[in-house]
Amino acid sequence: MFLGVDIGSSSSKAVLINPLGEIVGQKAIQMGTGTVGAKSVEQALLEETGVKRSDVLFAVVTGYGRMTYPGCDLQITEISCHAAGVCFSLPGTRTIVDIGGQDAKVIRVDQAGRVVNFGMNEKCAAGTGRFLEVMARVLGCRIGELSALAGKSQNTVKISSVCTVFAESEVISQLAAGAKIEDVAKGAHNSVATRVAGMCNRIGVEEAVAMTGGVALNQDMVKSMAAALSVPICVPESPQTIGALGAAHFAREKYGRL
Amino acid sequence: MDKKISSKKMLKEMMAEHYSDALKRKAEGKPVVWATSIIPQELMEALDIAVVYPENHAAAIGARKDAPVFINHAEANGYSVDICSYARVNMAYADILESEAENIPIPDMILSGSNICCTAIKWYENIAKKFNIPMVLIDSPFNMSYDVSAESVKYIRKQIENAITQLEKLAGRKMDYDRLKEVMKVSNENAIWWKKATDLLANKPSPTNGFDMFNYMAPIVCLRGNEKGTRLFKTWYEELQANVDNGVGPWQDQEEKYRVLWDGIACWPYLKDTYVKLKSNGINVVTSTYPESWTLLYEVGDLDSMARAYGGLYVLRSIDYITDRLSALATGFKVDGIVFHSNRSCKGMDFKQFEIARRLESKFGVKYVFFDGDQTDPSTFSLAQYETRIQALVEMMEGNRQREVHGI
Repeated sequence: MFLGVDIGSSSSKAVLINPLGEIVGQKAIQMGTGTVGAKSVEQALLEETGVKRSDVLFAVVTGYGRMTYPGCDLQITEISCHAAGVCFSLPGTRTIVDIGGQDAKVIRVDQAGRVVNFGMNEKCAAGTGRFLEVMARVLGCRIGELSALAGKSQNTVKISSVCTVFAESEVISQLAAGAKIEDVAKGAHNSVATRVAGMCNRIGVEEAVAMTGGVALNQDMVKSMAAALSVPICVPESPQTIGALGAAHFAREKYGRL
Repeated sequence: MDKKISSKKMLKEMMAEHYSDALKRKAEGKPVVWATSIIPQELMEALDIAVVYPENHAAAIGARKDAPVFINHAEANGYSVDICSYARVNMAYADILESEAENIPIPDMILSGSNICCTAIKWYENIAKKFNIPMVLIDSPFNMSYDVSAESVKYIRKQIENAITQLEKLAGRKMDYDRLKEVMKVSNENAIWWKKATDLLANKPSPTNGFDMFNYMAPIVCLRGNEKGTRLFKTWYEELQANVDNGVGPWQDQEEKYRVLWDGIACWPYLKDTYVKLKSNGINVVTSTYPESWTLLYEVGDLDSMARAYGGLYVLRSIDYITDRLSALATGFKVDGIVFHSNRSCKGMDFKQFEIARRLESKFGVKYVFFDGDQTDPSTFSLAQYETRIQALVEMMEGNRQREVHGI
């Protein structure tokens, strides 16, 4: 068995694959680096699949917490792991938009799933999952409810500020002025999409485009992103665990070769 | 036996002397000029006027991680966080007049050049107002054309002539043009030794790690016009040449696996961190656009040629010119990748970076990475983010090598 672990800033993910590259199990826990989530995700996955740790031939860790995660054979950046994961889930993908808790990345890949180029958010949390978390809190809903809420929007509110803190005050004043929460939710999605689209265009968008990371679970967010880029966007079956899947594939590839 | 003094020891002693000499001269009642880092220093050297460079001083403060005290002071005085951190550090220093890094004397005149950036104009206007001293500006236009135009040369030369008149008043004597010619000769010689030394890093393996270049930047800024500089850069060149001859690489404990170009000013508060992360990945910085700015070469005795050199700095050049220059550096130094320091303070150097990166990638397929930081302000840099970006660069450079080897 081969294990891939992805320790993000707000969640931890793990994927097990067999020697044929088939997924044996996958798990995501909404607790990231520096928490018990990082350790428990691997444990939970092994318990769920009935696989013993000693049956894991090689393990690769990725993500923001990769440097401090013990017990893996190799660490690889989330940039390369997302590229590898998407390459296996959605072959033919050339551009990946990955929006996680504190990062937004655009990754260009070649036909072999290798990273050609990438861009990441700069200096602040604008355009990341954290921005949406803050928006959900202001709107009084759970992060998982944003998609359905934004889907009802008839009159989208424009959020001008890209700064998360300033956008929070902007949203509060718009709600106070009578804006509907679904219109503000859609505005938050568009704000993230616009910010990330700027980065995508800088790197250059080549179809097919896929979206990964926890934020890709939000279907309306994917819709906003596709509209901002004017291209269709595919989402893999389990977008949140794509980095861990890529790590598992690296584990399979590197086993016996290092 | 007469043991030759190393260039590193020389550098340390000469820089200490540079600062102590300026303080001594001030104490003796002699005039001191504060100047921007790439100014015709030849004029002051020829008139024997002490000159100190606040940017170099601010970098020294930044490298000691002392900048926050000065930055907070400047911001408390009303200066915006968006202003260059060298400016914030220096404007605060002008108030505090005490730093553990070094101390510099209060100026009697400002000589500011817009060839390094436009912020320098307003920054030094404030300093001049504060100390009630004259400021002389040498303004250099941005070069929309590929080369420096004849009009620009004329415009800058006239201002150099005006600066001479103003500096003559400050020195209390007329310019000796034979002496100026001598200083111009020394300055060119120093620039040549600087270039010869830094060009040696094109060898594989490189005879030193490129962060050493950053260490030698203080003397190329401060000692460019005198013989001390010649001794220092010549010695450094000889040491590097000996390393090349003996096949000595940048590190004793590891190989140079990847060679990169560093674009932008060093991230002084995290110099060690940025270096260690590169080294731990086997990455050596072999060339940089930043130190190259001090390779100022012109016809000795020709003020037009001098004006052209000062008006043709990297930051004043068009994207076409910079693309060509970076292409030449990338191929000449056989680099595998480029690290772009997206430096919050230096808009002049940074605003072209994305387009340059895009052009270089499409031209050579060279891999690059951006990281956020600042030349002095420690608050905009994240080590974890830097680490991820550098590691991703390694993974991309490795991908390039695989493609070269396997042809896929």
